[in-house]
Amino acid sequence: MIPEFGHFALILALGLSIGLAVLPAVGVIKRDPVLMRSGSFLAAGLFIFILFSFFCLLESFLQDDFSVLYVANNSNSALPVQYKVSAIWGAHEGSFLLWTLISAGWTLSVAFFSGSLTTDMKARVLSVMGLLNIGFVSFILFASNPFDRSLPFFPQDGADLNPLLQDFGLIVHPPMLYMGYVGFSVPFALAIATLTTGRLDAAWARWSRPWTNAAWAFLTIGITLGSWWAYYELGWGGWWFWDPVENASFMPWLAGTALIHSLAASEKRGVFKSWTVLLAIATFSLSLLGAFLVRSGVLTSVHAFAVDPTRGLFILVFLVMIIGGSLTLYAVKASGIKSVASFEWTSREAMLLMNNLLLVVATAAVLLGTLYPLLYEVLTDGDKISVGPPYFNRVFVPIVLVLFTVMIAAPFSRWRKTPLELLGRQHWPLYAAGPVIVIGLTALLGLSFEPLAIIIQTIAVWIFLLLVKNWVQTTKQGWKPPSASYLGMIFGHTGMVVAILGVVITVYDSQERDVRMAPGDSMALSDYEFTFKSMKKVQGPNYTADQAEIVVTKDGATIATLHPEKRFYTVARNTMTEADMDPGLFRDLYVALGEPVGKDAWAVRLHVKPFVRWIWLGCLLAAAGGFITLADKRYRRLRSARSDTIIDGAAA
Amino acid sequence: MTLNKSLLVPLIVFLLLVVFLALGFQLKDPHFLPSELINKPFPEFALKDLHQPETTRSKQDLVGEVALVNVWATWCPNCIVEHPELMRISKEENIRLYGVNYNDDSVKAIAWLKRRNDPYQFSIVDDEGKLAIDLGVYGAPETFVVDRDGIIRYRHVGAVTNPVWKEQILPVVAHLRGDNDS
Repeated sequence: MIPEFGHFALILALGLSIGLAVLPAVGVIKRDPVLMRSGSFLAAGLFIFILFSFFCLLESFLQDDFSVLYVANNSNSALPVQYKVSAIWGAHEGSFLLWTLISAGWTLSVAFFSGSLTTDMKARVLSVMGLLNIGFVSFILFASNPFDRSLPFFPQDGADLNPLLQDFGLIVHPPMLYMGYVGFSVPFALAIATLTTGRLDAAWARWSRPWTNAAWAFLTIGITLGSWWAYYELGWGGWWFWDPVENASFMPWLAGTALIHSLAASEKRGVFKSWTVLLAIATFSLSLLGAFLVRSGVLTSVHAFAVDPTRGLFILVFLVMIIGGSLTLYAVKASGIKSVASFEWTSREAMLLMNNLLLVVATAAVLLGTLYPLLYEVLTDGDKISVGPPYFNRVFVPIVLVLFTVMIAAPFSRWRKTPLELLGRQHWPLYAAGPVIVIGLTALLGLSFEPLAIIIQTIAVWIFLLLVKNWVQTTKQGWKPPSASYLGMIFGHTGMVVAILGVVITVYDSQERDVRMAPGDSMALSDYEFTFKSMKKVQGPNYTADQAEIVVTKDGATIATLHPEKRFYTVARNTMTEADMDPGLFRDLYVALGEPVGKDAWAVRLHVKPFVRWIWLGCLLAAAGGFITLADKRYRRLRSARSDTIIDGAAA
Repeated sequence: MTLNKSLLVPLIVFLLLVVFLALGFQLKDPHFLPSELINKPFPEFALKDLHQPETTRSKQDLVGEVALVNVWATWCPNCIVEHPELMRISKEENIRLYGVNYNDDSVKAIAWLKRRNDPYQFSIVDDEGKLAIDLGVYGAPETFVVDRDGIIRYRHVGAVTNPVWKEQILPVVAHLRGDNDS
């Protein structure tokens, strides 16, 4: 009965989301405050029913109810319990239920944490989010129901979860990613709601900022976890593959980063308003487009879910209605938006514009690279090609170089016009110190003197030095503590510096060696000595494995004992390499087992990857910056004079 | 109300994108070979051997036996997934397996094979993707079954796992051998 309860709860949730889309909107038209306020209750109901449905699926997994098709395909009685939980989002149907749960969660947060919004505005925003939820819930009900049964004949045991997904990284990666994707629906809904009133003011931008920052921070964590997972789980030490699905998450991230910055300009100076609205629409649209690409089977990829034409068609129609509808609204309404403020090319506005331009070009480049095989196929009547990392690396390096160059003096910029010495002359000791530090450290650490690496590292060090100087100056003024927004910026930019240093050093200074090793063999790599001690069989809950013991020493002292495994998952009949590593802030020692070669000997891959942790550490710092901004008091100020103008505008 | 035409640009761009997505979506199930290539001769080519750059390989090197042609690259995660099965096929199954190293760096490709072992009789360097375009390759990995006369008989897009081998490729191979023997 439990799956049927879950199914029924989804039907009720569909009814509630229709109510959420319709009733507050009717309230706005009829100017009926009771109807306008109904949104909060409907949002709460929607969340409760989807949560209930989610628990029903969870219970089906925990009970090993293999009469439920989705459970039979993605679980097994021998699967450890934490993976039975995460198996819920191990494939298409369940992961979309998670997506919808998160969507309902964001809708509920809007209903509860929007004290500074007028009743009218809140009703409009919730109504837009109700519309989105109608799409999500009906997609589950009509095209991907996780509660479908395979009665009367059902399997005795399940087919097991894909071994690649039986991992901690994959327990947390999808929820974080979806928090980000769906989180962008809030600034989207606010942009649409504001367009319908026809008045975009500082209140709109101020209200959008914390939600955008929160969604962006979640998405950053999600992408970081995905990269970290690929690094240790795929067993070959890579951390980014320009796979279509990675690109699908990277595009909304780039657009969201642009949105964060243009919202700042729109809030503080009232510029780029029409552009910011378009970015808010684009960011969420790219999230939806990513969902379409992943789930329709249009692009093939490691992550691709089962191909199903009905699903693809459903999502495509949904995309046309939501994105097409909002862009039409934009075309009609945005002509009334005027940005009055003027600024010079040395101003902070100009720098933010530059940031936006570069990030949008980067987004377009990723979009083109991802869709090019498809465009090519359509235009040439069936010819197929692939675009690989060479394209993306070539396009990305120059964009990143310019973007980071703009970041150097950005914290010292002023609105309207920045005196030139604030950007240049005043910091000459720091500008001089940058290359000295980079070259000194490169020599000290024995890193490579690749010109491009030195240039990027120097820019990164400049950004960091000027951030520190700016921080010291700001806090020394003493008359007020720095705002949470400022602190968030410091974290965000520092995070990017750390990440880019990690990327550059990992790319240029990683060392790897593929060797044949038998017990007793030793190999030197970098400053380390890897000794293959022994090999033994181990038995896991749903796999058997060959486990090696490899001892790493440096100058005679033992640094680490690593146990890489070659696992055979007995139910899924899959062989998996489980790499082992000794992580460190300045280097990772990474060992993966290949194939057995001859008696006792194994192909073994040894990596020394300097600074690779900095990539993820930097991203997490930046994400922390996003969360820190949420503490800014300005966002909690109740109805300022300016936000009340929205209601006047609507009434007029 | 006056309509500012430049504001229509995002909508138009999006609608164009939708047209492409819809067309791409209609085209075909991407996991099957475009029917026009099945039962057509394997395209002619003259490309370098990965391990012996001085040797040029051509279609003549493939024909004669029922064979598998596997398109792979070091940048392709699914190629790692299928690699153990390809190794098993090359050792245990009596069939020739040829590699097409697609859009790749030859130095990395050689290292990749060295670290994982080489299941291929030889690999062809298709660094410009010319052969891959003639083959209609959509992404790596892809595997083609070519008969004795060099005619493409089957194509599999995505990793060759043990079930794929048993249920999809092996029957085709057995059928081709049966046909040719009788």
